[in-house]
Amino acid sequence: MNGKSMNKETRQFVVFRIGDQEFGADIHKVSIIEKALNPTRVPATPDYIKGVVNLRGDIIPIMSMRIKFGLPEIEADDDTRTIIFKLNDALLGVVVDAVEEVTTLQEEDIESITTITNDRTLDYILGVAKPGGRLITLLNIEKMITELMEKQ
Amino acid sequence: MDMNQYLDMFVEESREHLQQLNSSLLELEKDNRNKSVLNEIFRVAHTLKGMSGTMGFTKMQTLTHDMEDVLDALRNERIFADSDMVDVLFKCLDALETYVNTISQTGQEGSEDFQEIIDALNNIIRSDNAPKKAPKKEKSAPARTGGSDQSRKAAQVKALSVELNQYDINVIKKAFEEDLNVFEIHVVLNEGCLLKAARAFIVFQILEKNSDVIKSVPKVEDIEDERFDHDFTVVAITSKPAEFFDREINSVAEIVRVDITPILPEHIQPKDAGETKPADAAPEAMLPITQANENVHDDQHKKVHKTGKTVRVDIDRLDTLMNLVSELIIIKTRLDDTISTKDSSERETIEYLERITTSIHDAVMRVRMVPVETVFNRFPRMIRDIARELSKDIQLHMSGEETELDRTVIDEIGDPLIHILRNSADHGLETQEERIRAGKPPIGNIFLRAYQDGNNVAIEVEDDGRGIDVEKVRKKIVEKGLETAEIVQSLSDKEVIGYLFRPNFSTADKVTDLSGRGVGLDVVKTKIEALGGMVEVESVRGKGSKFTIRIPLTLAIIQALMVKIGDEKYAIPLSSIKEIENVKPGDIRLVRNQEVILLRDMVIPVVRLDRILGVPGTLPDEKKKSITCVIVKKGEKLSAFIVDALIGQQEIVIKSLGKLLAGVRYIAGATILGDGNVALILDVNSLAI
Repeated sequence: MNGKSMNKETRQFVVFRIGDQEFGADIHKVSIIEKALNPTRVPATPDYIKGVVNLRGDIIPIMSMRIKFGLPEIEADDDTRTIIFKLNDALLGVVVDAVEEVTTLQEEDIESITTITNDRTLDYILGVAKPGGRLITLLNIEKMITELMEKQ
Repeated sequence: MDMNQYLDMFVEESREHLQQLNSSLLELEKDNRNKSVLNEIFRVAHTLKGMSGTMGFTKMQTLTHDMEDVLDALRNERIFADSDMVDVLFKCLDALETYVNTISQTGQEGSEDFQEIIDALNNIIRSDNAPKKAPKKEKSAPARTGGSDQSRKAAQVKALSVELNQYDINVIKKAFEEDLNVFEIHVVLNEGCLLKAARAFIVFQILEKNSDVIKSVPKVEDIEDERFDHDFTVVAITSKPAEFFDREINSVAEIVRVDITPILPEHIQPKDAGETKPADAAPEAMLPITQANENVHDDQHKKVHKTGKTVRVDIDRLDTLMNLVSELIIIKTRLDDTISTKDSSERETIEYLERITTSIHDAVMRVRMVPVETVFNRFPRMIRDIARELSKDIQLHMSGEETELDRTVIDEIGDPLIHILRNSADHGLETQEERIRAGKPPIGNIFLRAYQDGNNVAIEVEDDGRGIDVEKVRKKIVEKGLETAEIVQSLSDKEVIGYLFRPNFSTADKVTDLSGRGVGLDVVKTKIEALGGMVEVESVRGKGSKFTIRIPLTLAIIQALMVKIGDEKYAIPLSSIKEIENVKPGDIRLVRNQEVILLRDMVIPVVRLDRILGVPGTLPDEKKKSITCVIVKKGEKLSAFIVDALIGQQEIVIKSLGKLLAGVRYIAGATILGDGNVALILDVNSLAI
């Protein structure tokens, strides 16, 4: 990993699974990956906000990616992970079914989805990548969050 | 050297000086012949001028310079201050404040030059006719330095405190040949001075611009590294007179004293060597006398002195410290929970730890405390302006300025207080004629008091004006269609007065510039409640009104009652709990579609927390033998919160829910429990009915 000189061409993504779909998020936005946590429900919040947890003294909201994507909820198991994202000053935990790997993608491997759809609600999708026949949807977590904050 | 590092200090100090000028001017207005106040004003203005000059803020310097001219004329009793002149001077201070604010934001003084103020100042000077200008200089110069001249002469005979070596003597001899002045300049800094090196740097800058410094005790390097006490001595060769240095160096902040001794040919005669010994003692002996004078001087201006003894710490650092203390308390609670053994030594250790954490918490809280004086000190000026604007005679009485509040609260409390004070001055107090007609003294009084009241700080604003016309408010409520006439009549006076805090509610017949637009009291209420405090009003028709603000001392750590609703744990701040009652399911009745309980003849509305908070899996009333009601107060009103179980009282650390969940209803924050889980803190104000 020889740092910044390579930044222009390659980017690293944390790849995680929800249902049978694979998603990727920019590794620079990831603060830490935890196992399943036990959030405290917060009233009067959207249903995809599972609540808040205490992570070493910080109160962090936890969001369920499954509910956010309209999938049925499942019981947490050994594979369940909470990815803690650091966005500007705020921390956000996102529950995913499993974290698979950290992958390095070439910038040219990332396809913009605007070529496929113009749906504005898909703004938080950065693009898709297809390394070795897989399909990874790359998410712009920041956009997802702004949306969340606007709704409040 | 880069000036930027002194910018913060400059801004902070300028503000202090301006504040001082404001209060001194107020005094001057009351007694325009008070010589010591005038001298003080002049001194502070001069310092301000020097500071802005050194920092390169020329517009500010020009303005202070012109102001100084007027002050000088005042001081020399060529003109006397009247209210109009004081008005101009106040405007001048406002302009200077504008400069300082611009500087603090941008680092530049901006382009505004306040020409009209400068013109007004010049007009004052011009009105004092021109021929007198010449004698002024003669008169003022000796007047300013007269006292020290005497003492200087005494010292001068006794000679120098610096020992000159052969090289110095040669240089001085050369200077004499060129007809230059040689001075020994002894500079004494304020004992509480924080950035000694910075002050010394400014002094050296003045010196180096205007002279050659040939010797310095201690060495310049040591002074730069702050390796000196509170004074230093330099020998300078210059073409300028002693008075010049006296004036310039004295204008640097935190300089207590400057002694300038001219070095004469006799000093460098070899025979003088013996004489230097007793001379060493001379300045020392003089010191107490001058010091004593300084002390008298300082006592009059405690504020400056006080700030000199404080350490300025960034509020962020204090926040960090506070957070760490919070962590400590959380972990202590956790330890408390895990150790449940009857082992007495373990219990003792825990108890000891508990005492220490409490002490640390108190200590950190105390560090964050700031006297309310910092907010109060701008009010006399404000009331004066309002009084002039409304042509009322208003006397502001302040007490308890030393009462301390958390820094974050202090920053927020200013605006609400301004609103209330304006309200009292404008609506509360009658005009002079009205007062006389009502048989009251023509001067209206406003009392501003602060005092500690248990875990709260109370701030009262009381006036002896006309009081609130409750009937008028009743009418207004009906007019605005907020309640029917029938209901309004059934409301108590206190409840009626509460409507004044509703948005867009104003009973003023006419809107003035100051208040009456219906914005204000609701803003006051929102702001105070956001700080976890509350506002109360008492009013007696014809006698006056009293607004009382109560704010908790600390915002970060509170005592709370932990309760269970379903399987969820919530914290209710103890400060808003009145009592706890157990009632039977049948005791809850329905009145006008609102569930209520009767408690000692009071009808208290019931708040079903489980429904509002959407807690799953709570038992219906019928299955319970008794229902636990936590009676909370929101201002004067009570509500009964229904909970499933009480866990107990606990000291909790308030944490915010973070940016992403900011503004969630019903929840005031979160806290971390002993087991590491999170419990939410209920926002009583938004939940209560």
